[in-house]
Amino acid sequence: MSVTNLNIKSDAAAKPSASIVTLSRAAPPSAGFRMPGFVKTLADNVLPPIITLAFLLVAWEFLCSSPTSSLPAPSRVLEESWALIVDPFYVGQGTDQGMFWHIFASLQRVAVGYALAAIAGIALGTLIGQSDLAMRGLDPIFQVLRTVPPLAWLPLSLAAFRDGNPSAIFVIFITAVWPVIINTAVGIRNIPQDYQNVSKVLRLNGYEYFTKIMLPAAAPYIFTGLRIGIGLSWLAIVAAEMLIGGVGIGFFIWDAWNSSLISDIIVALVYVGIVGFLLDRVIALIANAVTRGNVKA
Amino acid sequence: MSKSYLSLEFIDKSFERNGVRSDVLTQVSLGVEKGEFISIIGHSGCGKSTLLNIVAGLTKATTGVVFLDGQVVDAPGPDRGVVFQNHSLLPWLTVYENVSLAVDKVFSRTKSKAERHDWVMRNLDLVQMGHAKDKRPSEVSGGMKQRVGIARALAMEPKVLLLDEPFGALDALTRAHLQDQVMQIHAELGNTVMMITHDVDEAVLLSDRIVMMTNGPAARIGEVLDVPIARPRRRIELATDPTYIRCRSAVLKFLYERHRLVEAA
Ligand SMILES: Nc1ncnc2c1ncn2[C@@H]1O[C@H](COP(=O)(O)OP(=O)(O)OP(=O)(O)O)[C@@H](O)[C@H]1O
Ligand SMILES: [Mg+2]
Repeated sequence: MSVTNLNIKSDAAAKPSASIVTLSRAAPPSAGFRMPGFVKTLADNVLPPIITLAFLLVAWEFLCSSPTSSLPAPSRVLEESWALIVDPFYVGQGTDQGMFWHIFASLQRVAVGYALAAIAGIALGTLIGQSDLAMRGLDPIFQVLRTVPPLAWLPLSLAAFRDGNPSAIFVIFITAVWPVIINTAVGIRNIPQDYQNVSKVLRLNGYEYFTKIMLPAAAPYIFTGLRIGIGLSWLAIVAAEMLIGGVGIGFFIWDAWNSSLISDIIVALVYVGIVGFLLDRVIALIANAVTRGNVKA
Repeated sequence: MSKSYLSLEFIDKSFERNGVRSDVLTQVSLGVEKGEFISIIGHSGCGKSTLLNIVAGLTKATTGVVFLDGQVVDAPGPDRGVVFQNHSLLPWLTVYENVSLAVDKVFSRTKSKAERHDWVMRNLDLVQMGHAKDKRPSEVSGGMKQRVGIARALAMEPKVLLLDEPFGALDALTRAHLQDQVMQIHAELGNTVMMITHDVDEAVLLSDRIVMMTNGPAARIGEVLDVPIARPRRRIELATDPTYIRCRSAVLKFLYERHRLVEAA
């Protein structure tokens, strides 16, 4: 994952794409008959996961079908949590809200904490990427701090902020900031000498160098950090909200557990998974759009 | 003593790494006149790029001074346009933007926006790359990238153009084509050019003088050869030109008899 030691500076260190693993597809076998292009792509990409999903649901249904089973089967989940599933926009009293509102509340916290982490992470990463002194001073501290589990920060931030919401936001921040810092710094340390020479010949000033050379050159690395950061944020928010309470998907899960509503938990987990996936895709799409063409020429 | 337009005086360069000193260049002195085309030839690793970087201001000489047009060179600047050994275009910018980055910076005060645009296009057209202005470096061939690199350097209107093996990575046909283009540009604009090359034919074809470097470590200028062939030069006619043949064999003799590359020196 994001375990990148800055002291090991080599061309091979932290290739932008190395950190996020997607299984690549093997070349498709040449089809004996022809389908229209997009229908075929659709079938190739959508059918396999649907079949897998159906298979898993059937297996699950079968395994949990006994009336004494400790976990509900899919059919029972549908039955017990039907109201929750069909009305995500339900508005009730206090924490009695539809799924949409819980997810929305969690996303708001993530948005604030993550945005702060992105800004601070790129700034600090630039600093330690640029300056050897800053790196010698900060890198050892960062390497220690980043191993502290996100939730371990929560009591401290509750003590500091005396309120759940800013504490949760702080936990998001502190979770997401390390991979952004480290990847940005590695990206900036890996800017080829050639590009620096170009900027010297043109006598670019600090601001021009930052916007025209440094950011674009380090962008693939920065986005790797941002992508790892968003995943960690989403992991952390669920855990943090379990502890701070209020509206939010984490507390919803905890509350359902306390009320022994296991079916509701399962519905919530499906939401958590899908939203987490979408967040990752969004950052990946932005990364693709921004770093388009930013391949080694 | 009147100084040359570009004047290198007693340049020494040594690198120090882990307390070990290695001398790369010793006592390199050279004068280049305005409008002159100079080639530097020598075996790989003898310090040609180092010498060029010192003139560019990207590397500091250990001792010695470089003067350009009466001024001491002590930092890189747009009055010395460099075409790097590996083109060094910024991959996230288009061909046009790569050149306009330089033009906008150098002429920010002296040219209007429209003039700068025309100037970028003029220089791209000069190397026949106007048609590909919206392509990214990764979308054009190696020869085209090198041409854009040349356009970028020319567009700065440098006092001296520094070319570091500009055609080194190209196939023979593309290389010949670009050599002709560079000759034509030199004839048109009268730039002062300092070019590094490995290629004996290229050196003789393009240069007014050829500077031959001895092998490293501690390379020096071994010999400077005048190439008294009238311009414009045409490569086909030159093949049988006695002066051309004499120059060519002089360089070959220097490189392969007197200063053979000593392996693992
Ligand atoms: N920054 C540096 N630190 C230490 N040694 C260096 C440095 N730059 C170059 N050298 C050494 O200086 C010598 C000359 O290098 P240079 O790149 O100038 O050679 P060159 O003649 O351009 O070779 P080529 O034809 O292969 O490009 C080499 O032995 C190289 O190892
Ligand atoms: Mg070189």
